[in-house]
Amino acid sequence: MSIGTLSFSHLTTGQQIAIKYYLVAVVLFAAQILFGLLAGLQYLMPEFLYNTLDFSVNRMVHVNAMIVWMLYGFMGAIFWLVEEEAGVELVGAKLANLGFWVLTAAVTVVVLVYLFIQTGPGDMESLWFINEGREYIEAPRWADIGIVICLLIFFYNISATFMKGKWSGISGVLVMDLVAVAGLYLAGMFYTTNVSVDQYWWWWVIHMWVEATWEVLVGCIMAWGLIQTLGASRKIVTTWLYIEVAMMLGSGILGLGHHYFWIGTPEYWLSIGGFFSALEPVPLVAMVVHAVYDSGKHGFKNTNHPAMAWLIAHAFGNFFGAGVFGFMHTLPQINLYTHGSQWSSSHGHLAFFGAYATMNIAMFYIGVQKWRGNVYMSADLPGKGWKWKWALTLLCLGVTMMTMALLVSGYEQAFVERALGGASWAAYFKAQQTDWYVQGMFWRQLWGYVTAAGLVLLIWDLLTIGKNETRPIVVLDKD
Amino acid sequence: METLPWWASEDAWRKIAIWVTALMTVVLIVLTYDSLNAITAGGESGRVKAYSVINNRIYYTYDKDRGFPVPVIGDQAPLFGKVLNEEEAQALIDKGKITTQAKNCMGCHTFLGNGAYYAPDLTKAWLDPGWGSEAIREEMMLKFLQDPTTNARGYGSNRKMPNLGITEEEARGIVAYLKWMSSIDTNGFPRNFPVISQEGDR
Repeated sequence: MSIGTLSFSHLTTGQQIAIKYYLVAVVLFAAQILFGLLAGLQYLMPEFLYNTLDFSVNRMVHVNAMIVWMLYGFMGAIFWLVEEEAGVELVGAKLANLGFWVLTAAVTVVVLVYLFIQTGPGDMESLWFINEGREYIEAPRWADIGIVICLLIFFYNISATFMKGKWSGISGVLVMDLVAVAGLYLAGMFYTTNVSVDQYWWWWVIHMWVEATWEVLVGCIMAWGLIQTLGASRKIVTTWLYIEVAMMLGSGILGLGHHYFWIGTPEYWLSIGGFFSALEPVPLVAMVVHAVYDSGKHGFKNTNHPAMAWLIAHAFGNFFGAGVFGFMHTLPQINLYTHGSQWSSSHGHLAFFGAYATMNIAMFYIGVQKWRGNVYMSADLPGKGWKWKWALTLLCLGVTMMTMALLVSGYEQAFVERALGGASWAAYFKAQQTDWYVQGMFWRQLWGYVTAAGLVLLIWDLLTIGKNETRPIVVLDKD
Repeated sequence: METLPWWASEDAWRKIAIWVTALMTVVLIVLTYDSLNAITAGGESGRVKAYSVINNRIYYTYDKDRGFPVPVIGDQAPLFGKVLNEEEAQALIDKGKITTQAKNCMGCHTFLGNGAYYAPDLTKAWLDPGWGSEAIREEMMLKFLQDPTTNARGYGSNRKMPNLGITEEEARGIVAYLKWMSSIDTNGFPRNFPVISQEGDR
């Protein structure tokens, strides 16, 4: 097959599976944005779809589609790099394909049930078959079990491939991390009457995923991405990865304590959670330094400009979204007033986008490049690469401005509802109706549309970039 | 490359990463053991009350040492006029807890501050002054939960809770769950909550 055309013959077995994961990830990304827009609109027009497709449903699909597309992106990225990293062909390809189809079928059924059945009566069957009603991990119990089985198959594929081939620093960290990702999910798979115990373990899943193990996972993908696109030295990249793991887990594991301030758990968590979570931004600074240093050292000469740009966006987005915006309300003295307000959603938007969406998009571009037969994707693309540049601009700007708008609403809510009103129902609704709160919500919606436009452009670009390209990929001088 | 100082060596950082992770994990496990003991319902620490607390009035009094109001269990004031033993109380609260999950209340509300932000926090909903008075509170909560469209409580906003088909039995469970939750010691969250006036206020 000639270059410039999409063909599976350009790809290894693992990479063919990766592309399937990427395709579903993009569909779910679109679903995330769509349902986010619907939910955002309901803040401004509460009658919109009332009693038909209520906020709770839209918000659940918005958040769940996000988590699942990110997982799909990560799994795809790992399938993408495993063979090159191990130096052998993927072990258990048939099983891996089966795992993909089973997982995708399960996700489809879960989403359809969310949309068309929505809620059930107050008994255990509802939690097993409709939704579990616990934010982020609403997936019903049958699906939880299915997810764990698929993750086990995935883990087998990856670890067996490395065992057959060779290990590296990156793959060692990656495989250890996958054990933790799968194991932690189990902490969310039980029911208890006691809401404090319920939330205690619930945070083991949520926090330990997004503020610890997922960060390590993207650290591994970043390390591999820098070697791939820049030709960075493996030794330096690996050393940085270890430094990041030490700092990330050194701060992030006990940083879990910032979720234990107000759920009934003892007061010592105020000090432990406050102290360790305040350290959580440190490794993210290290990642920025590391990415910028490596890029600069190579004079930004790289094999894939869009991917490189998204990797840099990741470094900064992770630092600002997860680091700065997380730190901003992590101390208990501030969190007492901001916990469970739009401050949290402000932080959430920039953090998930900055830390994870960006990394997945970078990997999509690396994927598309090889899917077209390792085409040229550096400077001087047709039309000066306006599509990827505008997609990057609109997405980054859209999400950043949504974050700022939500922060304005969050400030208003924290002052009026919490500080002045003590969080009664009357105070809640008073804050929701203040001018600045409403304006924040209005601008959030507007920038949501900009984000959506960026996504449309991104998809268009991913489908067309490198089409009919005749130049081959840039050859790098290795360190 | 042999002249690298120790702090730039790959090997040193690998070892540091492993030891730091192991140490933090061990500390977390020890703290988890302690915390789970402290949040057992009806446990010695008193942070999470026994389920039968719904037989009594729940007050908040200012604790000078801790610097915020803390929950205090008052005289008997049985929920729906019926005194329950610990098992019966747990069964009723359990019904409420399962219902809050099955109806995905967290898709709009927060419990203990966790969930979504489209509707008020429910941590102390039982004690909210918005229910008017102690005498009509239970009735109002039951009515609201079973038909939130008609009995909307949006305080001038157009925001209304959707009709989720909550039955009377489920509504009673939810009210019990909220009453029990309002007695959890949350280290003063939410700050300065204005508790409804109750008989024997102190």
